Amino acid sequence: MDSRRAPRTVIDPKVRQVGFVTPGAPPARSHSVPTDACSSPPRAPDFTLPSNSLSPVMIPPARHASADGIPVLTRASAPVPVPSTTPNPPSPLRRDGVQIPIGSYNPSESLGTSPMRSPSSRMDGLEFSEDMSMVSSSRLARSSSAKAAAASFPGTNTEMMAAGKVVGNVVPAKSSLTTASVVKTLPGLSDKGDGSLAEVHGEAAGIAKPLKQKTSKADRRALQEAQRAAKAAAREAGGGKPSGGTVPSNAAKGEFGKPSQKKDAASVSGANVVPEKKVADRPPEKERKKDVPHPRMQFDDQHRVEKAKKRAVVNQSEARNRVELFRHLPQYVHGTQLPDLESKFFQLDHIHPSVYKVGLQYLSGNITGGNARCIAMLLAFREAIKDYSTPPEKALVRDLTAKIGNYVSFLIECRPLSISMGNAIKFLKSRIAKLPHTLSESEAKFTLQSDIDRFINEKILLAEKVIVRHAVEKIRNGDVLLTYGWSSVVEMLLLYAHESSKQFRVVVVDSRPKLEGKALLHRLLSKGLNCTYTHINAVSYIMHEVTRVFLGASSVLSNGTVYSRVGTACVAMVAHAFHVPILICCEAYKFHERVQLDSICSNELGDPDVISVVPGRKDLDHLDNWAENENLQLLNLTYDATPSDYVSVIVTDYGLIPPTSVPVIVREYRREQLWM
Amino acid sequence: MDFQVVVLAGGASKNLTPLVSEEIPKALLPVANRPVLSYVLELLESSNLKDLIVVVEGSDAALRVGGWISGAYVDRLHVEVAAVPEDIGTAGALRAVAHHLTASDILVVSGDLVTDVPPGVVAATHRRHGAVVTALLCDTPISGISETGSKDKAKKLGRYNIVGLDPTRQFLLLIASGAEVEKDTRVQKSILGAVGQMEIRADLMDAHMYALKRSVLQEVLDQKDSFHSIRQDVLPYLVRSQLRSEVAKIEEGWNTTITSKTNLIWLSQHREIAPSAFHNGHELDANGSLSAQSTHKCCAYIAGKNKYCARLNSIQAFIDINRDVVGEASHLSGYSFSAQNNVVHPSAELGSKTTVGPQCMLAEGSKLGDKCSVKRSVIGRHCRIGSNVKIVNSVVMNHVTIEDGCLVQGSIICSNVHLQERCVLKDCQVAALWKVPQSWRLKFKLSYLLSGFV
Repeated sequence: MDSRRAPRTVIDPKVRQVGFVTPGAPPARSHSVPTDACSSPPRAPDFTLPSNSLSPVMIPPARHASADGIPVLTRASAPVPVPSTTPNPPSPLRRDGVQIPIGSYNPSESLGTSPMRSPSSRMDGLEFSEDMSMVSSSRLARSSSAKAAAASFPGTNTEMMAAGKVVGNVVPAKSSLTTASVVKTLPGLSDKGDGSLAEVHGEAAGIAKPLKQKTSKADRRALQEAQRAAKAAAREAGGGKPSGGTVPSNAAKGEFGKPSQKKDAASVSGANVVPEKKVADRPPEKERKKDVPHPRMQFDDQHRVEKAKKRAVVNQSEARNRVELFRHLPQYVHGTQLPDLESKFFQLDHIHPSVYKVGLQYLSGNITGGNARCIAMLLAFREAIKDYSTPPEKALVRDLTAKIGNYVSFLIECRPLSISMGNAIKFLKSRIAKLPHTLSESEAKFTLQSDIDRFINEKILLAEKVIVRHAVEKIRNGDVLLTYGWSSVVEMLLLYAHESSKQFRVVVVDSRPKLEGKALLHRLLSKGLNCTYTHINAVSYIMHEVTRVFLGASSVLSNGTVYSRVGTACVAMVAHAFHVPILICCEAYKFHERVQLDSICSNELGDPDVISVVPGRKDLDHLDNWAENENLQLLNLTYDATPSDYVSVIVTDYGLIPPTSVPVIVREYRREQLWM
Repeated sequence: MDFQVVVLAGGASKNLTPLVSEEIPKALLPVANRPVLSYVLELLESSNLKDLIVVVEGSDAALRVGGWISGAYVDRLHVEVAAVPEDIGTAGALRAVAHHLTASDILVVSGDLVTDVPPGVVAATHRRHGAVVTALLCDTPISGISETGSKDKAKKLGRYNIVGLDPTRQFLLLIASGAEVEKDTRVQKSILGAVGQMEIRADLMDAHMYALKRSVLQEVLDQKDSFHSIRQDVLPYLVRSQLRSEVAKIEEGWNTTITSKTNLIWLSQHREIAPSAFHNGHELDANGSLSAQSTHKCCAYIAGKNKYCARLNSIQAFIDINRDVVGEASHLSGYSFSAQNNVVHPSAELGSKTTVGPQCMLAEGSKLGDKCSVKRSVIGRHCRIGSNVKIVNSVVMNHVTIEDGCLVQGSIICSNVHLQERCVLKDCQVAALWKVPQSWRLKFKLSYLLSGFV
């Protein structure tokens, strides 16, 4: 076990929690079986155990050891995925969780829940339950489509049609339809190969198919969760027993227990992470690397990129010359994605139209800005939830979570999520998970919709208003306010201050290529504000006359770092040098517990073409074929990180706070923030 | 994706008079020996659109089209055929099937469209902008072959479209079709003022594939009884009124009743930055929300140069499309071409010293005598062609008999025509069932035989 622990501790710090984790509690990973650390979000602290507990995963009760234990172990020596067969009567969770996915050969031992499986068919075993639902759902889809056809067009016999079924009169006000060809749904066909069916089936089957694919993943995830819970339960049980000293055979069992344990662990993790991967032929180190939860995808990892590309809906052809430091960030050839996604419009049936629309708008840049993107996403999810109906034999909570997960991954393909969106998704998922099981489907849907409305209203719209109220007190008559880019809150603030008849002047600093400041300028001017417009090159000059700097933010991290539109750090640094106070306006829902020291490890790369092309200057367009030049890399960063030293005050919906207090908000208001 | 598809298959079109007949409505005209409607249906099928409504003018034509569809697409598509009276126009046709439309957006496709532009792009553009109408525009196809190019130019001049676009080429600002454009076209000052800059193009053709918002479409159809055609009435109306929209209010009203949270929806719209400052900027002019609601968007999707897009709406277009489908746009035809770049059905019989050039198609059961020459032509099923016959740039439909020594050039020979020995036909269209007597020489430019000798 020690050999395994060493590398893991190195990799562990990838998930950093700063400030709020009691340092005494070691991460549970260090002494648990590798299975636990499948690629998954960082585990909740509830799972951490006191470090003195023994490796407790499988301690068979005495009764079992005598009756069943021996056969289990003998089987373990064969290359068979053996379940962690210690059915612990007090933990029913474990029974369902562990035995179903892995399978066992002894039906009597497994309490009759797990079916027989051959060792080679681990895949089948995993997907067994889905197969069932697949069959049933496709059958259902079939029958429903047939029914629909039959219901809407009585006597839809295609052969009869030519014999004069055209009901349309010579001069009808409304013409009626005649079914000319129907997708035939012969029940007899269903037994013969599915290949022909896929063609024959109408839209209903088409919808059902991708759905199945996706939900199966969700099912697997759910199983994984259950397993983990079972493990925890087992550990607790195991931890309890040795302390009582009631299991004397524990030490003696050790040498028998271990091999089976290992094998089991390997098989479980292999099956969970990559079901199609053979477990045996992979070196353990590599495997463990896979199990480590990745905070986000690293795009310089060839293997993972390939895999992600296979899953991807959006065509992702990687841009070729990327800047060395930023290879871990996704960068695709812009311009090919939108037409490709658009032409697939009707094929993507599993994505709700409103989500699809939002994805397109992200991709084409029609919606930008943290709040706007977040609201658009939430509204799309709201629509999707409204139209959602639980498929038969599925639980709403799980299926909907999986669906939302699908939508989110689609949106990520369109454009990486902002931190605010991540928080909103976290909120929505926790709301779904917390739904009481007693609720009916319509009630649950209504609850979720009103939750989303409440989130938008309270956390975004109301928060903006409160921030404006707070910040406007900091504007005095005669001030010269500088802002950079276009932040929706800052815009509201400036307009509000103008309406409350304060006398001030605004300096709008802008930068290529987005020139968002122009839009802000347009809006301010139309309301009659006194403005100066300049580009970021001139910021050091204009800073002489500025008395306050108001900046928006994409996120504020728990070390006080402000993560915002690229260029913000530069403006902040100049303002700091000139001793101009810097006020960051940021809603509290955008706060994140992450700590970031630079803008390299987490950022977003924009379309490099837009910085190579200068509009209106044809003579400067000699970078046209830059992609072919091996010696040139273009870098179009979207965000940067402003160190907290430069920030005087952060204006949030909780009031004005210094950047050092961000962790407090994150810690104290987390539950209230996201109602988690 | 909440789209419904209506295919307007037309009836007996006047423009194609000698070709279409009782037996062959426009939708069933053969293009490379397949009914022209099949191109649209297969395009839709490949886009996973399998529930279609096909509207046909005339109940006889509807019967025939329906019969053909049920034969060819059984088990593949779910097609409903609606018969509407003739001369009702495209708007009228939509009016007639309006009560069958339930989805939030409607895709209206003309049945005579031959293209490889996926309908998804139009639908996606429509959705992305939340537009009221989105039209597919494509480059006007070059009609005629190079030899007759000069003559065609004169003809083309009469019927070009004028399309006004915003600088990003996403919004339609002006559309006027050839018939209305005589000497001057009016451009609305308000639209020009809002957008600042307008690009006017005359080289674009309306491909007659529209994505329309259903509620708006039905509203317009209900209110404006006089509207006859989508292209000439509905689309220009929507484009004209996009800044002082009456339909948008209805639209908003709909939303209010459904969601009761208009402010949320409005908010997401108001934050939306249109890539051109057009719609964005205009909202501001009249102070926010009110004006935002009284505008609607009319979008255009312009097909790329590498896409093929043509409409079979004239006799010249019929020849052109037939030529292109076996020629440059051969991927559309669905046949596999031989090494000589032609398609000769295995059951076709060729006499000795008969040559079939590239870009030709010879359907099943056709027989060619000795020393024939076929160039850039399509020959239908079960034709009997004697010796020493030259067929160039022509379309010969099914069951045609051509006797020895004939020369057919640039012509369309409909089904069951009998050409007797040594006829010479240049640029003619011969309607079905005619018999052309021996040694006739006909040189008609785009006209057809009025008299027949049986």
